Amino acid sequence: MAILVYAEHDNQHLKSETSKLITAAQKMGGDIHLLVAGENVGDIAQDAAKISGVAKVIVADNNAYAHQLAENIADLVLELGKAYSHILAAATTTGKNFMPRVAALLDVAQISDIIDVESDDTFVRPIYAGNAIATVKTSDAIKVVTVRAAAFDAASAEGSAPIENVETVKLAEKSAFVSESLTESERPELTAADVIISGGRGMQNGENFKLLEGIADKLGAAIGASRAAVDAGFVPNDMQVGQTGKIVAPQLYIAVGISGAIQHLAGMKDSKIIVAINKDEEAPIFQVADYGLVGDLFEVLPELESSL
Amino acid sequence: MIVSRYYIVKRLSIEVKMKILVPVKRAIDYNVKVRVKPDNSAVDLTNTKMSINPFCEIAVEEAVRLKEKGVATEIVVVSIGDKACQEQIRTALALGADRGIQIDTDAQLDSLQIAKLLQKVVEEESPELVILGKQSIDSDNNQTGQMLAALTGMPQGTFASEVNVDDGKVNVTREIDGGLQTVQLTLPAVVTTDLRLNEPRYASLPNIMKAKRKPLDVKSAADFGVDLTSHVSVIKVTPPPQREGGIKVADVAELVEKLKNEAKVI
Ligand SMILES: Cc1cc2nc3c(=O)[nH]c(=O)nc-3n(C[C@H](O)[C@H](O)[C@H](O)COP(=O)(O)OP(=O)(O)OC[C@H]3O[C@@H](n4cnc5c(N)ncnc54)[C@H](O)[C@@H]3O)c2cc1C
Ligand SMILES: Cc1cc2nc3c(=O)[nH]c(=O)nc-3n(C[C@H](O)[C@H](O)[C@H](O)COP(=O)(O)OP(=O)(O)OC[C@H]3O[C@@H](n4cnc5c(N)ncnc54)[C@H](O)[C@@H]3O)c2cc1C
Repeated sequence: MAILVYAEHDNQHLKSETSKLITAAQKMGGDIHLLVAGENVGDIAQDAAKISGVAKVIVADNNAYAHQLAENIADLVLELGKAYSHILAAATTTGKNFMPRVAALLDVAQISDIIDVESDDTFVRPIYAGNAIATVKTSDAIKVVTVRAAAFDAASAEGSAPIENVETVKLAEKSAFVSESLTESERPELTAADVIISGGRGMQNGENFKLLEGIADKLGAAIGASRAAVDAGFVPNDMQVGQTGKIVAPQLYIAVGISGAIQHLAGMKDSKIIVAINKDEEAPIFQVADYGLVGDLFEVLPELESSL
Repeated sequence: MIVSRYYIVKRLSIEVKMKILVPVKRAIDYNVKVRVKPDNSAVDLTNTKMSINPFCEIAVEEAVRLKEKGVATEIVVVSIGDKACQEQIRTALALGADRGIQIDTDAQLDSLQIAKLLQKVVEEESPELVILGKQSIDSDNNQTGQMLAALTGMPQGTFASEVNVDDGKVNVTREIDGGLQTVQLTLPAVVTTDLRLNEPRYASLPNIMKAKRKPLDVKSAADFGVDLTSHVSVIKVTPPPQREGGIKVADVAELVEKLKNEAKVI
């Protein structure tokens, strides 16, 4: 039994999800091979080799994989994956994009977004925006699984696995990369941050998100948002936390001017400590908050910034 | 007058028929509070309000807009499930789809079986574009569109926030973790919708009445020659761990003190 894990990266850095995937894989049992596919990913492969528990790093370095196009990545993983008992990827927009293709072409089910591993064929996953937790067992010979990285601890970085290159190039003809506009930020990524401060519709406009920035700087926090704030154009889509945005579980989550709709809670209610700042004392967010502060955010935020 | 003849040929080629297939799912209404059955076998759906999955509604809306722009000529909606899902097909017809297909089954199907049935529908209907929701809000699987694309060999554009069809291609702007990505796909293609693609309209009363007379074919899932056995069994479904309700702090000073000394997170 061996497990093929797909490394999450952005062609520059290995993402923190990857070492969490390794922890999930270890719970399934078996040799763990980590696949790094991308363009100019030599340094990333070096970092991948250091993750404890990895037996081998496989590198597919080619322009065809530069933008993680689902068609190309799926065909690569399919070709390599047939030799494995499990294929794992993070439940990120990359993993969600190509993994169902791998499953379909192997004629197996995909188990999406697992938060725990009961055994090598039985997994725990949230359904209904996390309002129910299902334990499911698959009878497929090859288990295709996406993993909610936030639910697993990171494996340490004390390993030194061998690195092997594969020359396989898969290039689909019917889909092509056109362009990308990626948000540049000096702050930690939402899915990797220990502290997150998020703003909702109560922020009123994008300019007011500056009120969160000062606090984020002091706490080393990432900044998130509710769907309402993204829909209204205050901030870009990659900041959305929730059922259809990013799922996060930081040590501290501060929700500012967010009412606490179930779809938002689905993305953050596994945070260790939740703070809610809202002027409406009936707001549902207070039901999940460890510390609630009823007040006007425009008064509370400057005061909070100066007292940190 | 060769020039103008050529012009006419060009015009005609633009007017070729373009069919869009939109698979829609009947799912729990997004406002409903979900309860797990006491025996932990499943979520309790008795007497709960069911609706068209929000992402599927966005898919229907996008198809209707493409038709209104003159890009698409026909919109076919398909839903897989028991007779009850005809309600969601009618909703889609009221929003502007032209005809519906119900693939009748009582079975609990996984995304793979759904995708295989849809593959057969694609073979029969030969649509230029299939628009699906990116996920359904019950199983939260986020699989069906990608599986369908893989099985049919069509290219895919998932999590779309913008769709532009032009000259046999479709440009899809996708919401990805780092921002936005645009891909170009050769038709026929599969697109899955994200929330910001559009805001679905409300169906007007006359359109709801009209929808009742639009054609709706019922086919039996068993007739498609697809193996419908699920590979996944549900061992149990439990409520999530409940968070203990916390406390209200009086002011910022107390909040900071608690975070430092009690929670020790800053
Ligand atoms: C299919 C589907 C998927 C969805 N996915 C997501 C998702 O991934 N993420 C997500 O967040 N939402 C999602 N939603 C939307 C969700 O249902 C809510 O509409 C959204 O979370 C509301 O955002 P909000 O809390 O910022 O806005 P509101 O609900 O409008 O709340 C604003 C809050 O700000 C407070 N406020 C206003 N002014 C002040 C002030 N001056 N000081 C202090 N407080 C103030 C108000 O009291 C209120 O509680 C989804 C919905 C659907 C249907
Ligand atoms: C743990 C678990 C628990 C489950 N519990 C239930 C349950 O309680 N009740 C239940 O009914 N099912 C249940 N299922 C089955 C589940 O709903 C199926 O997996 C589902 O029908 C397949 O689609 P999806 O929701 O996975 O699709 P997704 O990939 O999440 O949906 C994407 C899109 O696919 C299309 N699509 C999906 N299904 C259909 C359909 N039937 N007809 C037309 N288009 C469709 C829609 O466009 C949709 O927006 C469960 C599955 C699992 C794994």
